[in-house]
Amino acid sequence: MTQPLLSLRGLTVDFVTRSGTVNVLDDVAFDIGLGEIVGIIGESGSGKSVTAYSVMGILDRAARIRTGEILFDGTDVLRMSRAARDRWRGKDAAIVFQNPRTALNPIRTVGDQIADVMARHTPASAAELRARTVAALKQVRAPDPERRMHAYPFELSGGLCQRVGIAIALACAPRLLIADEPTTGLDVTTQAVVMDLIRSLARSRALSVALITHDLALAAEYCDRLVIMHAGHVVEVAPTARIVAAARHPYTARLLRSVPAQVASIGELQAIEGALPDLRRRDLPPCRFAERCDRRRPACDAGRLVPQAVAPGHTVACRNPL
Amino acid sequence: MTALLEARGLTKYYPLRRPGPFAPRQQLRAVDGVDLTIVPGEAVGLVGESGCGKSTLARLVCRLLDPTAGTLRLNGTEISTLSASAFARSAARRQIQMVFQDPTESLNPRFPVFELIADPIRRLLPREGRAALRARVAAAAAAVNLPPELIDRFPHQLSGGQKARVGIARAIAVGPQLLVLDEPTSALDVSVQATVLQLLDRLRRERGIALLFVSHDLNVVRLLCDRIVVMYLGQVVESGPAAAVYAAPAHPYARALLSAIPSLTPREQARTRLDGDPQSPIGAPLDRCRFCGRCPEEQPECGRRAPALRPLDAERQVRCHFAR
Repeated sequence: MTQPLLSLRGLTVDFVTRSGTVNVLDDVAFDIGLGEIVGIIGESGSGKSVTAYSVMGILDRAARIRTGEILFDGTDVLRMSRAARDRWRGKDAAIVFQNPRTALNPIRTVGDQIADVMARHTPASAAELRARTVAALKQVRAPDPERRMHAYPFELSGGLCQRVGIAIALACAPRLLIADEPTTGLDVTTQAVVMDLIRSLARSRALSVALITHDLALAAEYCDRLVIMHAGHVVEVAPTARIVAAARHPYTARLLRSVPAQVASIGELQAIEGALPDLRRRDLPPCRFAERCDRRRPACDAGRLVPQAVAPGHTVACRNPL
Repeated sequence: MTALLEARGLTKYYPLRRPGPFAPRQQLRAVDGVDLTIVPGEAVGLVGESGCGKSTLARLVCRLLDPTAGTLRLNGTEISTLSASAFARSAARRQIQMVFQDPTESLNPRFPVFELIADPIRRLLPREGRAALRARVAAAAAAVNLPPELIDRFPHQLSGGQKARVGIARAIAVGPQLLVLDEPTSALDVSVQATVLQLLDRLRRERGIALLFVSHDLNVVRLLCDRIVVMYLGQVVESGPAAAVYAAPAHPYARALLSAIPSLTPREQARTRLDGDPQSPIGAPLDRCRFCGRCPEEQPECGRRAPALRPLDAERQVRCHFAR
């Protein structure tokens, strides 16, 4: 990996709810290098979106960041003043949300929504904003941008709406793009077009990308490195090819065997039994996968679990790795 | 073997409001002359992009919609002449059941699991007593591996995979011969999807229930189905045995669809990319191929003459002038 642009260190986040405190992220740490595409993979409830929202500073009011650092180019964004963080968000780091239909404002034209972000961070004359809006739509290969900028979200297809979402995120040329399941709800053909676009932008402008998804095959196709999360823990980090060929954490291995593309017949497909543990529990085992794991040993329940390096750039949080 | 379901020239047009009093009347061609045969116990995969008419076709087959034209026979009996509301009260309703896309949206949030599964039994098998009803609900829940302790819970207390299994349980509770599934796993995590796919495969093998599986994921269809039908803009563009279509798709659209699926391992061939959106299903010209404008292998001929669905070999059909 090149020099990191984003470094998460010991990020621990709780949600305070009426039915108790939920520990959603526990000691999450990983880096994203300059111009690197990193996939953050996990089931629903694994904490991958909370990680993204923590970085962007758009967590729900119930969330409390207990400890940790989020270093962006060496600066801890958690220590920034509110005004500085607001200037940073959208300009240096931007996010593409899951469902473009609900993320866009339904009663404003898509051109206005792109221009809003530009006007906020880099004010300019109306004519210049218009020209830059057209350029932003061109960059995401929206056909006929001069006409499409006057369209409302409901007039555009799902794929085109998502491209508008990407255009908004890239409006101020950020250095970090967080894509939170950017292609769920899109057709596979449209998904390929949107993901090709994100990759080509990352390559051409050294944009760092965090791709959040539960689809391991999608992440493997586009990412340089993968971060596997389970129940608020980072369980394995490695270059993509290494994860696919030589995953060491039992959860990663099971995840690989549940991908339809990987197997020849339906009998070989393996589901991961059990569910994520209830994160409100006070007696959570050190390894939160232990109760679903077929490689559990008595040592798995003893003391704090620390990720170990098993090869250069490959760390695993497991006491009995494969 | 005699066909369980046989559709010939099945068509659904939606009339549109005229923009002005003298403007021509326009129609949206959602499904345009589809032939489809399903034999007992067979699993057929229906794939295509959103807007290609695959969900409309599924609803026509389930008789939730009235076709504009065409015939639909179930075990040799014509069922398309009955209106959708009359079909809901007919004896044939039991034979075709549907599993909907998003289990969170399609289960009544005010019904516990028992009532959700009992509801179709009460409507379609009303003369059975309480004890028989209970036994049927328990058997349906057991068939989808739903733990008995969940029977009194409400949908919001269930996980996504459990809700998907409730959706399947209520469809099989009345003993259908054909299950129509509209993207039943698209809302699920990959790890949960595997269980649901294997459950469907087991129901088909053990009970001989035929499946019409609607999906845009060719990989899933390949694993579950014997036969694949690929649709584009209301028409079938390719059909054939799943393994053959998956190994060597003949239609350029089927090739693009297959190459768009992300893969864990590096691919051997360059990917076929489809740029742009499909033509509008409203007022599309009838004298040219509907894939014109997006097809990577387009020839002048394609703009002059619409291809017909023609046999490629004994089991495969393709709608393209140039496919071999």
